[in-house]
Amino acid sequence: MPIHDQSYRRYGGLKTSPGRAWSVIARAGIMTMIRKRAFMGLMLFAWLPFVVRAVQIYVAANYPQTETLLAPDAKMFRDFLEQQDFFVFVMTIYVGAGLIAQDRRANALQIYLSKPLMRAEYIAGKAAVLFTFLMLVTWVPGILLLFLQVMFKGSFEFLKANLFLFPAITVGALLEALLATFTMLALSSLSKSSRYVGILYSGILFFTAAIYGAMLAITGDTSLSWLSVSSNLHQIVDLIFRQTPRYATPWQVSLIVVLGLIALSISVLERRVRGVEIVT
Amino acid sequence: MQSSAPADSRPGAPATDPVVLLDGVTVEYGANRALQEVSAKFSRGAVGLLGPNGAGKSTMLKALLGFIKPRVGRMSVLGLDVAREPLAIRARLGYMPESDAHIPGMNAVTFVAYCGQLAGLPAVDAMQRAHEVLYYVGLDEARYRNVETYSTGMKQRIKLAQALVHDPDLLFLDEPTNGMDPKGRDEMLELIHDLGHNKNVNLILSSHLLPDVEFTCDSVVVMDKGKVVAQGPIDELKGPGGRVFELRIKGSLPAFVELLNQAGMECHGTDEDVMRVFVPTGAGGSDGNDQRAIFALAARHGVQVRHLRPSVPTLEDVFAKAVGEE
Repeated sequence: MPIHDQSYRRYGGLKTSPGRAWSVIARAGIMTMIRKRAFMGLMLFAWLPFVVRAVQIYVAANYPQTETLLAPDAKMFRDFLEQQDFFVFVMTIYVGAGLIAQDRRANALQIYLSKPLMRAEYIAGKAAVLFTFLMLVTWVPGILLLFLQVMFKGSFEFLKANLFLFPAITVGALLEALLATFTMLALSSLSKSSRYVGILYSGILFFTAAIYGAMLAITGDTSLSWLSVSSNLHQIVDLIFRQTPRYATPWQVSLIVVLGLIALSISVLERRVRGVEIVT
Repeated sequence: MQSSAPADSRPGAPATDPVVLLDGVTVEYGANRALQEVSAKFSRGAVGLLGPNGAGKSTMLKALLGFIKPRVGRMSVLGLDVAREPLAIRARLGYMPESDAHIPGMNAVTFVAYCGQLAGLPAVDAMQRAHEVLYYVGLDEARYRNVETYSTGMKQRIKLAQALVHDPDLLFLDEPTNGMDPKGRDEMLELIHDLGHNKNVNLILSSHLLPDVEFTCDSVVVMDKGKVVAQGPIDELKGPGGRVFELRIKGSLPAFVELLNQAGMECHGTDEDVMRVFVPTGAGGSDGNDQRAIFALAARHGVQVRHLRPSVPTLEDVFAKAVGEE
C-alpha cells in the first residue's frame, strides 16, 4: 500500500471573483498563436513595411537632399496603415476564423459557459485575442514610426506640427481592428468550420468591393463606395488623417456603415454564443 | 479575492436543506414544452435524475445552469436564485455535459487547468489541482496527450475532471457513462459513488440507466414527458407498500395482465419472458397472502403459472410504476 494515496481532496485556497475569465481566455488564445511558427512568420512578414518606412524616415532625416522625395507627412502614415490592410486581412482569417468555430465544433461553449463567466466575457476574451494581434500590426508600428521620426530627426518639430497623427493612427487602427474583429467573430460563431468562415469573410470583402467596382464602372460615380466594406474604412481614415476623401460618399455614411456592421456582428454574437443550441 | 464556498453547502449541513429547488418551472422550445410546471427538490448527497430519453432531464440541468430561461417558475441552487445569481451559482457548480466537449488544441492537463482558471483558481493552484484530479479520474498516464486523441471513455473521464477541478459543492453529471465499455462504466460509477459518499460532493446524476442511478444515488427524481412523476429516497420509493413477484405464465398474457390490473396489481415486462408484478398492500386479498391471490386469479381464468417467485423491489419497479410502463 502506498504511504501516500493521492486522491481527490477539497480545495482550501482562494478563488478570484467572477469577471476576470476574459483575461484567461485572451491569454490562452494569444499563447496558442504565439507557439505557432507559421503565425510568428506571418507576424514578422507583417512588420516588413514598418522596416521599409523606418528606413525611409531615417534617410529623410539624415540626408536632406532626399527630403523632398521621402519626407514623412500625414499621407505617409495613412498610406502605411492602408498597406497594413493586407496583413490585417490575412491575420484576421488566420487567427480569427477558428476562434469560436472551433469551440462550436468541440462543443466547448457549454464548458465555458458552465463556468462563472458571462457570455460577454467569453466574447471579450476571444475578441481580445484577434484585436491584440491586429493592433500589433497596425497601431504599434504606426506609433513606433512616429517615435522613430522624432528620434532620427532629433527634434519634436514634425510631431508638434502634426500632433493629430497620434490620435489619427490610434482611431484609424482601432476602427479597422474593431471592424475586423467583430465581423470575423460573428462569422466564426455561425459555423463549425474555420475554413468555411475564412472563405465567407474573404467572400464578403471581395464581393462588396466587386459590387462597388461594378457600380462605379456603370455609373462612374464614387458616391456608392458605401457598398464596399473596405472603401468605407478608407473614407473614414482619409478624413481622420486630414486627407482629401477619395470617394464622394459622405464620411458620415461610411461611419454609419462601419458602426452598423459592428453592431450587427455583436447582435449575431449575442444570438449565437449560447450554452445550448436550440433548434425549434 | 473571495474565499471558497461556505461550509454550509457541504453534505454535512442540515439534510432538510435542498441543494436544488424548482418551483413550477416551464421551459418551452417553440411550441414544444420540454418542462411542464416542474416542481422538485434535490436533497444533499447523490441524487439521481431518472427518465427515458426526451423526458427533460438535460433541459432541467441546462435551465439550472442558466443556459435556458424558463417561461415561468423559479429555481434555486445552493440557496441562490438562478435568475439573479447565475455566476455565483456556477462558481460553485461542476457540470459534466452529455455530449463530447473539450477545448480544442489542448492536452488534458492544460485543458483541466484552464477550466480551473476559468472558474477562478489562481494559475498555480489550477495546475496542481489539474494533476490531482486527472490522477483521481484515472488519466494520470495520459495527461500530456491531446484531448482530441482520447477514446470515448477517456473523454468521459476528462469531462468529469474539468467539472471537478475547481472543487464544486454540487456536480451535474449528464449521462456520465454514455459510450463507455463495461469496465470503464463500472470505474466511472465507482468514482461517482466515491464522490457522493466519501468526498462530500453533492451531485445530481442524470441518466436513463436505472442500475447506474441505483448504484450511485440515495435519492431519485423520476421524470417523464417533461414532468416529475416521482421523487424521494430510493429506499422509500422501493419499499413498503407492496410486494414484487417474478411471474411467468402459460396462456393469454395480455388477458391475464388485464386481470391482474383489474385486481389492483401492476405488471411490467422485463427483457426475458418473466414479468414483474407489483402487488400493493391490500390488493392481495384479505388474508394478505399475495402469492395465493395470484394463483387463485390464474386458476379462475385457466392460466398456468409456470414461475412465481418473490423478488426484491428495484428502482426499475419504481420507474415503471412512475411512468406507467407496461
